[in-house]
Parts: sequence; C-alpha cells; structure tokens
Amino acid sequence: MKKTLLLATAALVLLVPFLHLAFPAGHPLHLSEFYVGLLGKFLCFAICALALDLIWGFGGILSLGHGLFFALGGYGMGMYLMRQIGRDGQYQSDLPDFMVFLNWKELPWHWALSDSLVGQVILALAVPALLAAVFGFFAFRSRIQGVYFSIITQALTVAAMLLFFRNETGFGGNNGFTDFKRIAGMPLNTPGMKVALCVASGAALIACYLVARALTQSRWGRILQAIRDAEGRVRFLGYDPVAFKLSAYVISAVMCALAGVLYVPQVGIINPSEMSPAASIEMAIWAAVGGRGTLIGPVLGAFFVNGTKSVFTVWWPEGWLYVLGALFIAVTLFLPAGLVGLVRRFKP
Amino acid sequence: MTPDLLDAGAETRSRAITRIATAGEPIFNQGVALYVEDLKVAFDGFQALGGLSFTVGVGELRCVIGPNGAGKTTTMDCITGKTRPDSGRIYFGSNLDLRTMNEAAIARAGIGRKFQKPTVFEALTVAENLELALAGNRSARFAMRAKLSGEQRDRLAELVQTVHLAEERDRLAGLLSHGQKQWLEIGMLLAQDPKLLLLDEPVAGMTDEETERTAELFLSLEGKHSLVVVEHDMSFVATLASTHRTVTVLHEGKTLAEGTMATVQADEKVIEVYLGR
Repeated sequence: MKKTLLLATAALVLLVPFLHLAFPAGHPLHLSEFYVGLLGKFLCFAICALALDLIWGFGGILSLGHGLFFALGGYGMGMYLMRQIGRDGQYQSDLPDFMVFLNWKELPWHWALSDSLVGQVILALAVPALLAAVFGFFAFRSRIQGVYFSIITQALTVAAMLLFFRNETGFGGNNGFTDFKRIAGMPLNTPGMKVALCVASGAALIACYLVARALTQSRWGRILQAIRDAEGRVRFLGYDPVAFKLSAYVISAVMCALAGVLYVPQVGIINPSEMSPAASIEMAIWAAVGGRGTLIGPVLGAFFVNGTKSVFTVWWPEGWLYVLGALFIAVTLFLPAGLVGLVRRFKP
Repeated sequence: MTPDLLDAGAETRSRAITRIATAGEPIFNQGVALYVEDLKVAFDGFQALGGLSFTVGVGELRCVIGPNGAGKTTTMDCITGKTRPDSGRIYFGSNLDLRTMNEAAIARAGIGRKFQKPTVFEALTVAENLELALAGNRSARFAMRAKLSGEQRDRLAELVQTVHLAEERDRLAGLLSHGQKQWLEIGMLLAQDPKLLLLDEPVAGMTDEETERTAELFLSLEGKHSLVVVEHDMSFVATLASTHRTVTVLHEGKTLAEGTMATVQADEKVIEVYLGR
C-alpha cells in the first residue's frame, strides 16, 4: 500500500501540472491554475503532517506549536521575496514598503542575508532548527511530557505570534509580507513558475517521506518508539531519552520550516495568523485523521482534511469549523488508527 | 504557585541538573560490587528506608526478602537512580558514587534492572527488544546508522534460545503471555551484559516449571555477574540461597537479619515479623 500511495503522489504531482500546461484553456482536459496552486499548498501541508507524525506518532510527543516552525520558514522565504520586489513597490524604494511606511532608513540587522536566495533559505531552516534545539533541550531535560509539553508549545507559538504582530520587530506587523513579484529574478505569476513550485513541493514531500521512513526503520526509530511506550525503561537500558526526543523534534521542525519555505511563494502571503493556535492544532488533526505512526497516513490526512475544507469553504463557509470538530471527534471515537486503519480493516 | 509546587519544581531541577550523565567503569579491587551505607528515604513523612546498609560481593548471588513495605523496591530505585536518597552512601565498585549519576549513566556503568511488573516495548518484536538492550554505543547519532554486527546477531540468536523465545522471535512483544514477557525482560537484562543484575520479583506470574528454569539460569550467572534477587516466593529463595548463600531480610527500611537461609529462618526477630510462626 505504501508503494502505491507513494507512486500515486508522484503521479499526481506530475499529472496536474501536465494537464495545466499541455492543454489550452477551454479544452475539456485543461486544469486551471487554481488546481496547480491548490495541489502545491496541499503538498506543503502534507509535509507538516508528516513532520508532526514523526514526533507524535513515533515519539509520543504532541507538539501543538508546529505552526511556528512552518511560519518561521515562511517568513524566512518572505524576507527574500520582499527584497526581490526591488523598486516595483508602492513607494519605489529599495526598502520593503512597510519599512518606508515606518520611516526606516536602512535594513534591520536580521535582514542581512535577504539579498541571497540560498542564504535566506538556509536561515529559514536554521532558525527553526536552533529554536527547536534550545526549547526542546530545556523541555525534555526537565522531563516535561504529555499534555504539559503540548501546552507550552502552544504558548510558544502564541508568544511568537504576538511578537511578530509588532511593527518594530521588522516583520511587517499584522500585514506580514505580500505583493511578491519575482523569485531569483523570474516573475512569480507565470504558469511555468507555478508548476515549478508545485513540483518542487512534491519532490520535497517525497524526500521528507523517504528520510522519515529511513529514520523510523533504523534503530533510532525503534528507540523513539520505545521511549513513546516506556520512557523509564529506556533510561534503565542506558539510553538518554533527551538526545532521541531532541533529534526527532529538531528534524521535525526543519521539515515544517521547509514546507513553509515552499508554501509562501505559492500563496503569495505570510502573516502572523500562521502562528495562531488553530493553525498548529489543525496540523495535529491532519495527522490524527490520516493515522498516526504510519507516515503515509498523515499525508493522506492532510489531503483529505484540506480537500474537505476546500469544498466546505465554498459550499458552507461558516460551517467548516463544526465539520472539522465533528470529523476529529468521529476519527478519535471510531477510527483510532485513522484513514489508514480504515483501509487496513477492509484489506485482509 | 503554592510553596509545595515550588519545592517539587526545585527538587526536579536539582535532580536533572546535578546528576552527571557519564561516569566510567567501576573498579572492583576491594571485592565489593555494591556498597550501601545508612540509606535513608522518606516520602511525605513515611520513612521508606531508615538507615539501610548492606554490601554485595563481586560475583555474589544475594537474595533479599522482606514483607510488603519493607523497602525492597525503594532500595532498587535508589541504586538505579530513580529515587534520590535523603542521606546515605551508595557505591558501585570502589569508585562510582551512584547518588551523583542519572539513570542512563548508572545503566551504562553496568547495573541492569528487572522490574517487578514486566516492562517490555510492546510495539516492537522480541528480537528488536533484545537488539535495543544489547551492549554497545548508546548515542542517538550512532543509532541512526547502527547495524547489527555478525557477532551481535549470534549473541541475539543465543539469547532467544536462553530465554526460550526462539519461536516468538519476530512476534510483537505486546502479544506475549505474562510469563514470556518476564523471560523477555530477563533476556534484555542479559543482553545488556551488566556487571550487577537487580531482579525485582523475577518469577511473579511464572509457572512452576518456568520458575525452576529461572532459578537455574540465575545460578549459572553467579560468579560472572553479581546478582541481587528480591523475592516474596520463599521456596524460590530457598532454592537460590541453598545452604551457603547469604540472605538479607529487610524490615521497615532496615536490615533485620543477614546470614544463610537456615540462620535467618531461625532468627527470633525474623520469625516474629516475617515468617509469622
């Protein structure tokens, strides 16, 4: 089943852009740009769900603050995209518009790398990794577990959201970054660029999946599962659980940040709402609906929940949160192993 | 924040911070494997250990008996770093002060423990459980690329034979019977190849035949390893202690009597509090 789904993902990633590019608008087989964008977004969400599953499904660590790592990745990319606007902004300045508006005369220190795509992507991955390493070290060393860990990660993302809302931190305040024009000197809103970003997201998802699979099948993965089920026993075998939980947490944070890096150029906006508690909780729902501890389940869950969301936000927008809540309760009560568990039940 | 919570927090912090994670090898030049002196532990005013002292020699098999609440499990907890004693000294060999080490460091120094309630990793197979226990590098980075060497494979095959789980090798540990889980845990302990084995009620829930096989196994380890067996089951202790091994009787957190099985059974105080005859 795993191989089939992996191939299906790869096929989808190639087929949707192909149908978009190869057939002219009006042709019955033509898929509009909307679907390419939607697929790209879903692929990024699937990376987040996979990342969360690595620590939740295998390590028993439920982080309700992964939206923070996603948003930090997104902001990192957003800073670069803001600089790429160049003098085409409202105020025709070298500085991003919001800085001109705030009457700033030069770039703040943390924008030092924003000229370089490579430098900024590295920063967008390194900052979340460092934050996860420091925060995780103190949390795991103090043996903060279960619901307490969930609550402090939630508090962390809320604190970061409040910080990013402020104008003086240099992240565009509540408007965040938007109006992106180009990436690496090429315009963003061409069909070719959209397809390229979508395919890159697909490749990133498959790469993350393969990394996660290799890790969970290694001895490291087995120790992580052992920590999930009986942490005390693992200690008496001579392993230090902190090192294992911390490495899992950092890897997971980097995957989430990568998803954020790819997400922002596709949707064209990043603002502090990505750090809201609801955004992080939704990630946990994707993983739970798909099936925790299976790797392929969360990918499925991200597509399923977000697909349903797309349908409902058109059809019955104000009802979506109720549907999401009902879905989560139904899965918890009737499908503890998620969609993957449902498929397995009907397969001998 | 109530003062209680602050105290609890301070205690947890001191436990996490002051305990060292690496210590090195124990030195057994005095012929003593484990040295416990005047150990005191109180929980919320209840004196679990009230000045316990005993020593276990290198290669010795020591049986510890005592009624419920005598402090048997608390003693194990102190030795393995799970509980921090209020006062007293615990040394492994002549050099390692166990009070300053954390659980993982104590385990790496060569103390293995079998819990009263068998705790195996239920989501992993029997072979995988044993693999995690096998002696070797314990770092996270190493674990990402670790492969079993030929030597370790042989050791694993030998271990599943020893604990009579060869046919269950690739079954999930969660699916084993209670007795089989006990055996698996003993197997994991052997895989660690510890210098000192602490066995907390190892035959609880075993059939008579399994109990007998366990006794044989422990006796075969004597000499190569030091063992401390805590047990309720008198006939099992009698088998293990035979006529010449030392039995320690605990009562209310202190050593009540020590000597051969015949000596302690004849001891007035022991008869009064434990044997009740």
